Amino acid sequence: MSQDVLILKGIEKSFGETRVLQGIDLHIAQGEFLTLLGSSGCGKTTTIRIVAGLETPDAGQVLLDGEDVTDKEPYQRNVNTVFQNYALFPHMNVEENIGYGLKLKKKSKQQIHEAVMEALKLVQLEGYEKRMPSELSGGQRQRVAIARSIINEPKVLLLDEPLGALDLQLRRQMQLELKRLQKKLGITFIYITHDQEEALNMSDRIAVMKDGRFVQIGTAHEIYDHPRTAYVARFVGNANIIHVDGQTLAVRSENIQLMSQKMDEMDRLPENVDHQKSFVGGLPGMIKEKSFVGGMLRIVIALEDGTEVIASRHGIDADWEPGQSCFVYWEPQAGVTVEEE
Amino acid sequence: MGRKSNNWLLIAPMYIFTLLFVAGPLIYMLVLSFLQKADVWGVEFVFTLKNYLKIGKQVYLNTFWESIKLAFATTALTLLIGYPFGYFMAKLPEKRKTLFMLLIVIPFWTNALMRMYGWIILFRSNGLIEQGLMALGLIDDSLKMLYNYKAVLAGMVYALLPFMILSVYSSAEKMDWTLVEAAKDLGAKSWQAFVTITLKLTLPGILSGVILVFIPSMGLFFIADILGGGKIMLVGNLIQNQLMSTRDWPFAAALAVILMLFTTLFIWGYKKITHSDELEGLL
Ligand SMILES: Nc1ncnc2c1ncn2[C@@H]1O[C@H](COP(=O)(O)OP(=O)(O)O)[C@@H](O)[C@H]1O
Ligand SMILES: [Mg+2]
Repeated sequence: MSQDVLILKGIEKSFGETRVLQGIDLHIAQGEFLTLLGSSGCGKTTTIRIVAGLETPDAGQVLLDGEDVTDKEPYQRNVNTVFQNYALFPHMNVEENIGYGLKLKKKSKQQIHEAVMEALKLVQLEGYEKRMPSELSGGQRQRVAIARSIINEPKVLLLDEPLGALDLQLRRQMQLELKRLQKKLGITFIYITHDQEEALNMSDRIAVMKDGRFVQIGTAHEIYDHPRTAYVARFVGNANIIHVDGQTLAVRSENIQLMSQKMDEMDRLPENVDHQKSFVGGLPGMIKEKSFVGGMLRIVIALEDGTEVIASRHGIDADWEPGQSCFVYWEPQAGVTVEEE
Repeated sequence: MGRKSNNWLLIAPMYIFTLLFVAGPLIYMLVLSFLQKADVWGVEFVFTLKNYLKIGKQVYLNTFWESIKLAFATTALTLLIGYPFGYFMAKLPEKRKTLFMLLIVIPFWTNALMRMYGWIILFRSNGLIEQGLMALGLIDDSLKMLYNYKAVLAGMVYALLPFMILSVYSSAEKMDWTLVEAAKDLGAKSWQAFVTITLKLTLPGILSGVILVFIPSMGLFFIADILGGGKIMLVGNLIQNQLMSTRDWPFAAALAVILMLFTTLFIWGYKKITHSDELEGLL
């Protein structure tokens, strides 16, 4: 309890008629990298705005280092935000932008200058201190925004889709750098993204959000391999949701096997056969579509109950053509029982 | 080659227009200011500096001084009222903005002179406002609201305020308000965020508003005429008098030249002090 740097208790927030947050509970440990993952509009930004003090919750509490800051102004909280559009001050150069927080704290010119240089070094932007924000690339602005926040040594750093506007290659590189920076500084990060891969790559824990609630909070491993609900399985693992024998199962597409004939009933019992060959399922369906997406073969199968199942493979699978009938199988451990929403 | 001559054809009308209606009158005025007034009517083509030397007389210097004071006071007041107005207008929801914009623009559909006469009906001794106040028993005697310096100042502010409001509004409208949030997030109190971010980013609006108000306020003469009751004499009034009553066109021209020089000097100094690139077009 004492090492929880931030605690959210029953946070609720509505804008007019829309209930944007419907009871958010969260404990974040000192130095943790926590990701809020969810599709656009689910309330991620609103959540961190409440932590930053830019929005007041209708109900609930925000505890920072054990202190109730729910009704405190932003300047009274040792929390900083990296905004989605960076929000760099256009009339200040890089040095003035980064030094802004320290200047407010009435630090001496010398102290500010040294801290700015240090921060620029951390984000690898030495030599850029006199540039104006308009003279920087997207990636460089991002670094300035990060430097501007970490210079204040916040207890918690809030990052709102910080890499959203960058191209894929730069994203990958920045993901690694951010992670390195977070480890080095030991600052607690709350990181927003709607990109599951990014969340899985970077986080200590992921909180999957849907319609203003957390559906599941856990490590990348827990969320990916043991999704609690069909939504989490679909959103984080791109899993197929299959209804069989009154159960809801999540099976990821790479684990879907296709057979042209129904296998013996005996094969469905995992104990009976060698682990490699044991499959369950045997649901009849028809191939609907076959395409290459991102170097993967993607086969869409329509099951009899109307459910669509996607099987993905590396390489070329010439055996299957649209219109053929087939049977869908998976290894028993690949099917995870999940809750319907 | 062909393209170049085409371009020239497109631009030519602009040059002709500028020469005819901007440079022409200016040169005419400048020449006029060095000529001599004829005994009865018109001018004599004799070069003289007399007109300019005449401006050095105490009465005329006083007039200039009064005008400058009034222009500064008008500008300061419009800024004081117009800035918050334009600022809050920019923060209104879209529909309300349109409404306020309409409210500001509607008076322009009526002639400015008419509006000033409207003021007289309202504010004169025993006018609508005084009658109302007397009926309520709030005053017994006339407030003598018109025909003094304050009335002229109020009239000037009233007439020029829209320019300040719209100018501030147009730059506040472009403000990215997340910058203010970012400032607060970094530890700024509301007033600190206002001074370091909002004020700085709306400065172009303030600067152009000041110019838009200051320049006309040096020249507006009918407000002083109507609301000052002829007791307040500004450079504008003086020029008008010389043109229409005394018919001393060369002197009027000299006054206008000096007024223009002064205004130019003001903008130039203003630009120097504020380091503003936004005013590029003005000088
Ligand atoms: N200031 C606001 N006024 C009205 N609705 C808002 C406001 N801020 C956010 N919303 C609404 O709240 C919902 C959640 O928004 P947000 O927290 O920004 O989602 P996310 O960051 O997950 O995309 C959205 O439907 C959005 O339209
Ligand atoms: Mg968002």
